[in-house]
Amino acid sequence: MKAVIEASGIVTRFGERTIHDGVSLQVHENEIFAILGESGAGKSVLMKEMIMLLRPNAGKIVVLGRDLSAISFQEAQHLRREWGVLFQFGALFSSLTIAENIEVQLKEYTRLSKRMRDKLVRSKIALVGLDAHVGALYPSELSGGMIKRAALARALAMEPKLLFLDEPTSGLDPVGARNFDKLIVELRQMLGITVVMITHDLDSIFNIVDRMAVLADKHVVAQGTLDEVLASTHPFVEAFFKNEYTKEKFADKLKGRGVDVQ
Amino acid sequence: MKREFIAWTKNRDRLEVALLGEWTLRSAGEIEALIQQLPKAENIVVDVSGITDFDSAGILLLSEYVEQARSRGVHIEVINYTDAQQELYKMLQEHMVEKIVPRKQGFFEELGKATVQLVRDTKDFITFLGHLVVSFWYGITHPKTLRYKETVYHIYQSGFNALVIIGMTAFLVGMVIAYQGAVQLAKFGADIFIVDTVGISIVRELGPMITAIVIAGRSGSAYTAEIGAMKITEEIAAMRTMGFDPYNFLVLPRIFALMIALPLLIFFSDIIGILGGMVASKMVVGISFDQFISRLQEVLEVKHYILGMIKGPVFAFIIAAIGCFRGFEVSDNTESIGLQTTASVVNAIFLVIAFDALFSVIYTEFGL
Repeated sequence: MKAVIEASGIVTRFGERTIHDGVSLQVHENEIFAILGESGAGKSVLMKEMIMLLRPNAGKIVVLGRDLSAISFQEAQHLRREWGVLFQFGALFSSLTIAENIEVQLKEYTRLSKRMRDKLVRSKIALVGLDAHVGALYPSELSGGMIKRAALARALAMEPKLLFLDEPTSGLDPVGARNFDKLIVELRQMLGITVVMITHDLDSIFNIVDRMAVLADKHVVAQGTLDEVLASTHPFVEAFFKNEYTKEKFADKLKGRGVDVQ
Repeated sequence: MKREFIAWTKNRDRLEVALLGEWTLRSAGEIEALIQQLPKAENIVVDVSGITDFDSAGILLLSEYVEQARSRGVHIEVINYTDAQQELYKMLQEHMVEKIVPRKQGFFEELGKATVQLVRDTKDFITFLGHLVVSFWYGITHPKTLRYKETVYHIYQSGFNALVIIGMTAFLVGMVIAYQGAVQLAKFGADIFIVDTVGISIVRELGPMITAIVIAGRSGSAYTAEIGAMKITEEIAAMRTMGFDPYNFLVLPRIFALMIALPLLIFFSDIIGILGGMVASKMVVGISFDQFISRLQEVLEVKHYILGMIKGPVFAFIIAAIGCFRGFEVSDNTESIGLQTTASVVNAIFLVIAFDALFSVIYTEFGL
């Protein structure tokens, strides 16, 4: 199994406060990988370090075979075209329409004709389940769920091999959230992409995530498939996965995995 | 290294095209140009077995080529495709929205919108003023509800922190007036009248106006941006739900603060402006500081000072009220903060100058 992202010994400090103290994880090719942890555990910070928005104080991150600590400007620019990032609140450019938002990188980085660019934009808009008329609207005219979808379409515009999602289902209604999950699985299958996401959504974790890393106490306290993570007895894992709610809702999934379900 | 994406052979009516290499977005621009160069034929066979890598951009290029050929009545066939390619092709066929029609605006539509906007702006401003008067009155009759801490904070921000820039501007303006005036007056041998020119023009007109313009650019814009950002982050909505009146919490402290700070700044700018004139007079026509000051005491009546100072609170009210009003007008996108801030400064400066003209007319009518 080829590793798409390899982080080892990440240390992050903000002033006096240590966020990560030796965090290591591997993301394999073509899997849906989740980063979990309580608020303030440094999930977003870790993701920002992977996409070169922040630099860790120590440690090494290799993304798609490139070491981020010793990357040249050219290489970094190249790498940025290989991944797509979905920000938690969309981060769509408010001065551009949705179609222009999706098109902006195609315009900047390819020599495709306007006609082909339009076609790609239209296919991306359809792919995320939006209507054509949404393409002509501005982000401020969209609802939260539509913004998420439009932002996903923009993240997919450059046909990335690697997709970063920051809480993709937060702020969506349950039906919308499950559709979003389905969409991610479909995209993974069809486009052969690797997905790294931060999520708290138990449905996503139980249903679509292949492997995950649990961040707590500045470390990765559990990493691997659901089975492997459930084997951990760390208090956060216990509280997050083995509470009254999950025991009732995901009884069938937990039962086969050695968790005591009444 | 020259990569190859398309190879073809032509036998009479039959064109055999072999697609090679990476049909991905990275090479899509190049491939699109190559497709344009393919010769026309009645029968086309496209062999895709040579494709090593593909994504939706590549598939779309191919399907576009096939569709165009079909629409010309050409018999075209794609052979040797893999399941994955077929699947992606099918998915792309299913997932395609119709053409996106941009919302166009004609001249008249824009003119109409701008007119309606203007009317709406005016109406909103009158509403704002009405609301403000009510809050103002309530604040004055219930002084306990006033936000003294915020007011002091804004006096510090808009007043004290502006001293340096106001001082520098006033000094330079004073110097320029003296320079220009002294050269002209020296022609008549009336050098000493430069003191009258500098003293009266600065205290009556230039001091208040220059200060107000600098403050409109400095504090008016800040008020708009602050309140606008709070509107976007829904802080103002949150305040309303808690029963905090944004006029009382945001607008009144800023207006009171500026109405206190601006007259003080004008006083400061009067002194520095006259100092600038004094320095320039000594340099150009050699009037000593002693001469200058004793002449100043003779000609600069207190009424000039008072007439200048009266403008202070009026200008302050204009700047702060417009700054806050424009802040509330911000709609929920980042671009509108910029637009409203610009509008805030432009409106405030224009109104300051217009009111200054109005004061001049009134003063002249009353023979002051």
